[in-house]
Amino acid sequence: MDMSIALILSQDGITNGAIYALLALALVLVFAVTRVIFIQQGEFVAYGALTLAMMQSGVLPATVWMLVAMGALVTVLDGGLALKAGQGRRAASVAGWNLGYPLALAAVVGGLAVNELPLAVQVLLTLAIVVPMGPMMYRLMYQPIASAPVLVLLIVSVALHIAMVGLGLLFFGAEGQRTPAFSEFSLELGPLMVSAQTLWVVVVSVLLIVALYQFFERTLYGKALRATAINRVGAQLMGISPTLAGKLTFFLAAFIGALSGVLIAPITTIYYDTGFLIGLKGFVAAIIGGLASYPLAAVGALAVGLLEAFASFWASAYKEVIVFTLIIPVLLWRSLRSHHVEEEE
Amino acid sequence: MKLRNTLLAALGLAFAATAAHAEIKVGVVLSATGPAASLGIPEKNTIALLPATIGGEKVSYIVLDDASDTTTAVKNARKLTVEDGVDVIIGSTTSPASLAMVDVAAETKTPMISMAASARIVAPMDDKKRWVFKTPQNDQQMASAIVEHMVANKVKKVSFIGFANAYGEGWYEQFKKLAEAKGIEIAASERFNPADTSVTGQALKLMSVKPDAVFIAGSGTPSALPQKTLRERGYKGPIYQTHGVANNDFLRICGKDCEGTLLPVGPVQMARSLPDSHPVKASALAYVEKYEAANGAGSVSSFGAYAWDAGVLLQAAVPAALKAAKPGSAEFRTALRDALEGVKEVAGATGIYTMSPDDHLGLDDRSRVMIEIRNGTWSLLK
Repeated sequence: MDMSIALILSQDGITNGAIYALLALALVLVFAVTRVIFIQQGEFVAYGALTLAMMQSGVLPATVWMLVAMGALVTVLDGGLALKAGQGRRAASVAGWNLGYPLALAAVVGGLAVNELPLAVQVLLTLAIVVPMGPMMYRLMYQPIASAPVLVLLIVSVALHIAMVGLGLLFFGAEGQRTPAFSEFSLELGPLMVSAQTLWVVVVSVLLIVALYQFFERTLYGKALRATAINRVGAQLMGISPTLAGKLTFFLAAFIGALSGVLIAPITTIYYDTGFLIGLKGFVAAIIGGLASYPLAAVGALAVGLLEAFASFWASAYKEVIVFTLIIPVLLWRSLRSHHVEEEE
Repeated sequence: MKLRNTLLAALGLAFAATAAHAEIKVGVVLSATGPAASLGIPEKNTIALLPATIGGEKVSYIVLDDASDTTTAVKNARKLTVEDGVDVIIGSTTSPASLAMVDVAAETKTPMISMAASARIVAPMDDKKRWVFKTPQNDQQMASAIVEHMVANKVKKVSFIGFANAYGEGWYEQFKKLAEAKGIEIAASERFNPADTSVTGQALKLMSVKPDAVFIAGSGTPSALPQKTLRERGYKGPIYQTHGVANNDFLRICGKDCEGTLLPVGPVQMARSLPDSHPVKASALAYVEKYEAANGAGSVSSFGAYAWDAGVLLQAAVPAALKAAKPGSAEFRTALRDALEGVKEVAGATGIYTMSPDDHLGLDDRSRVMIEIRNGTWSLLK
């Protein structure tokens, strides 16, 4: 091991760590606001990457139909409730957002020759398809059981994870996809060869983290989410709707997941089931942050990325073992340091 | 009334046929559904192309699906031997299922021809395995092709990277044994997971020992990742892969980074480009043309060829067995086993089979060729 190898490994670790950091932040956010352990985070990564890849090969991504189906279910549930309460205009708006929007999107994506559009438009369309699934998923699966114990919410997450992996196999097939890089540009810094895509990953991650910070510190919605995370009942008494908070959280988490997928699709081959392992490493980072602290989770993510890179150099056969064993000392340290509070259930 | 008459007539004919001369019954177990379906389906399509008569006797094929499940494969083998009284079993598609069926074959003294790759199906030879034969090449034949090519090109120091699973380990064992015998040093040995998103660390390690060549032992599209990373990091030397990557999805994923990749494959995959002097060309091409005529151009795969070669072996062995006994009897099954063991220089689509009491595979170096990826497609190395 010399200096140049160490530098290259660090660069690799930081790139991966940046993605893990984004996912870890989303996991912490979702857990803090809704107490849901968001195992499906990784599937949003895969769905984002593979939807983009399908568009680029000129095929209508099947995720569009999934969005239409979820939207139709939400329309039936929410529209039905609104009609029962005699709120015709509300029912119309529910139908417009949950049924009109997906169908319009399907028409746009199906009607245009999407594989000839500029990459930026393809990325926007991908996000437009995958991200709304987040809030819809919250509405359909979690909202009816929002006050259930953490364990029940976790079991629902596991079920959704398995369902999404299965659907992913159906939508995208068993073979992997790789999308072309955003640009071919690359930078040479001494022994380092920094490709544009690596810069994209790191810069977008940093920007997103700053944007999230601003969102939580300065906007009313951000403050509402923070309030819900600190004290759900108190926030509700102050007029913050837990449903809105949940949907907003899932929107952000789905956005972060899909964007991560789009970012890493040119760096590595993504399969329908790749997301789980990426999400799991984000989860290790989130655990380092105690599922509560954003800065600690981000630092943890960088540590996971770096550890992974160096472990793959020194002991490649045991790489995953080393990365996931990291959880044990962290949990030990956390449980010795903080006094344990039983959840009142 | 008319229908009943037809049925009766058909039934009568069927009985007449059995009475006139006992037909040869071939029981086939394969994985037409489940995880191994991509192997089992071409095999099933191939069984439909096997001859309807061998040595003047009618042959009937009874095909059962084991759904890629070991227990079902054994159940099917029992049903075929006990209920249907088959003379020979072809199957199954996967190695675990074939290994489990060995017991049934030995117990009922029925010869069995497996279409699965593991060398353990027929080796080491014992009292049970003397009833079992197999048609696919061993990994060892493929590995020796790579080592020979390395020796010919004066490769002295190799970096190895393989899947962190049975596939990668199996290849490492085979490759290490053969390479060290030829004085090739394995300077770095790394592992990666098929699901990994980055192998930069491993790639740096592989390059840090300054090897003459890198050997990647993985299958399918995940095996493209180390190769892409090595090229990105500026590795310019030759890269070897295994026959596990010989499909078009690999070319699609790997793109220009895979130019010049060297790998061994069975001759059937390259049947059209083989030189006319190649001993397997005629027999491989015969299969390719027959299969593609039935299933469309470009549909052929090496898996179907394993089923085809089971048929080839039967065509070579049955006439001798018919001289000894009538089909449907224990004597015929024993005679068929002996005849299979005595098969000499029989050309199939996969290679030339010469069986012996110790070798129930019977393939030699003519069962694989080295190819290179050139201009985004497979091309034969001269």
